[in-house]
Amino acid sequence: MTDKNKNFIPIGPYHPLQEEPEYFRLHVEGEIVKSVDIELGYIHRGTEKISENKHFDQGVFLVERICGICSTSHPLAFVNAVENLARIEIPDRAKLIRCVVGEMERIHSHLLWLGLAGHFIGYNTVWMWSWKYREYILEVFEKVTGNRQHYAMMKIGGVRRDIANDDIPWIETNIDEIEKGLELFLKAITEDPVIHARTKGVGVLTKEDIKDYCAVGPVARASGIDMDVRKDTPYAAYGMVDWKVCTCDSGDIYGKAVVRILELFESLKIIRQCLGHMRNTGGPLDVNVKEIPEGEGIGRHEAPRGECFHYVRSDKTNRPVRHKIRAPSFVNVATNQKAVVGSHISDALLVLAAVDPCYCCTERVIVVNKKGKLMKGPDLIKLSQEKTDRIRKKGL
Amino acid sequence: MQSIDNKFTKSLFVFHAACSPCNNCDIEILDCIAPKYDIERLGMQLVGSPRHADVLLVTGAVNKKVVHRIKMIYEQTAKPCVVVAVGSCACSEIIFRESYNTCGPLDKIIPVDIYIPGCPPRPEAIIAGLAKYIKSRKNAG
Ligand code: SF4
Repeated sequence: MTDKNKNFIPIGPYHPLQEEPEYFRLHVEGEIVKSVDIELGYIHRGTEKISENKHFDQGVFLVERICGICSTSHPLAFVNAVENLARIEIPDRAKLIRCVVGEMERIHSHLLWLGLAGHFIGYNTVWMWSWKYREYILEVFEKVTGNRQHYAMMKIGGVRRDIANDDIPWIETNIDEIEKGLELFLKAITEDPVIHARTKGVGVLTKEDIKDYCAVGPVARASGIDMDVRKDTPYAAYGMVDWKVCTCDSGDIYGKAVVRILELFESLKIIRQCLGHMRNTGGPLDVNVKEIPEGEGIGRHEAPRGECFHYVRSDKTNRPVRHKIRAPSFVNVATNQKAVVGSHISDALLVLAAVDPCYCCTERVIVVNKKGKLMKGPDLIKLSQEKTDRIRKKGL
Repeated sequence: MQSIDNKFTKSLFVFHAACSPCNNCDIEILDCIAPKYDIERLGMQLVGSPRHADVLLVTGAVNKKVVHRIKMIYEQTAKPCVVVAVGSCACSEIIFRESYNTCGPLDKIIPVDIYIPGCPPRPEAIIAGLAKYIKSRKNAG
């Protein structure tokens, strides 16, 4: 660089601390980060395009392989979209099972993040402990779904497998075991001076930042915005159970960690209630789906990292004409540009990891600014209104 | 003279390179060093640089952007280096075979010694794969 006072530090694409290949370029002045460039594309595999060549049932298999950590969120959002398109109502037991699997995934994902965050601040004990407790949930997964990851539970019109009522007591024991671990973590995080020193006041995002970047999920909730798809537009069995959305006002990494841990307690609550309901809810696991009609459908699911959105358009054949995916990290990763500015280099990696980025989910192709014109909010609203008018005129 | 391959019968230093995976294979590799499986007690360790590595664990269906990077990583390792294709993506690309952005299974790009299929392979499978390799080396030497 020409300016002698400015230097940059490359992180990645293959960095020992990163699990996934991605490239960050930190522009620094002395110890302080001034800005960051994020370069992605190392994991782009063209999922949306492949999906157009797969029929709807294969699509579930495919979207599961978008991301390993949220490997129930994408299928759940996708089946929600297709069910929305075809106006399918699924049986109660299937709804409960979807909830149980979805929440178990949240537990495994948040524990994974907690461990990695501990690893980033050089606190490997946290890593080892949280991954130890994560194994309990993986055992449940293995028993219930047959696989430790990639559960393949979702299916258009219901779920693939049942959770046997005989297994429920055993699942509950495992969940109690995890709760013990969570109490330990909550205490460790709220009382440990080292963790406070490294996370409090670092990477702060205000409410306005969240709105500017449209961030979702725990990142938004840690800045005091109580958005949660499960509460706002309940799907599956989330309307049948009692739980609350956890928020925190600080907006820093500490807040994000606390929100995630509190959410885990809520997840345990949801799972317990769902398992309780399942004892009294029999019935089929799926409905028979004959054909997918023409039309559009959207499906949303509150993935561990925020709102996961799928859009499907069908022309009455057995495969989607268009399948659009927007994962939560897609918006959350952009907040890094704000959060990391002004922090020390040693904190930068932690700040970058605090949004729990998942680059496999994020890497979709988008065409921005195609004609050299930047679209702003009002322009988009105008486009949307025009489209609504067009559809009205067509009489759809 | 004894073959240098015999040296691979003791502690292996492992470098993990993710090439467009879905993360699950990577998590399972990390799970190997987490308390339940803990390969470090067998002397295997994850290292931070390919230059220190005896073993390259590669996951994922290699895409166009990483293809030359994985070649570079392979060139940086000290030879002989054992390349392990972890997961069905690296072995055969499974569903991503039809993608416009992937560049063929790993063995088209760099020489592969061990294939561990599975989507994702369990940590036991990964450990068993490496153990089998060590055993075969011992027998050969
Ligand atoms: S083999 Fe399966 S688990 Fe592994 S990276 Fe590929 S899709 Fe993911």
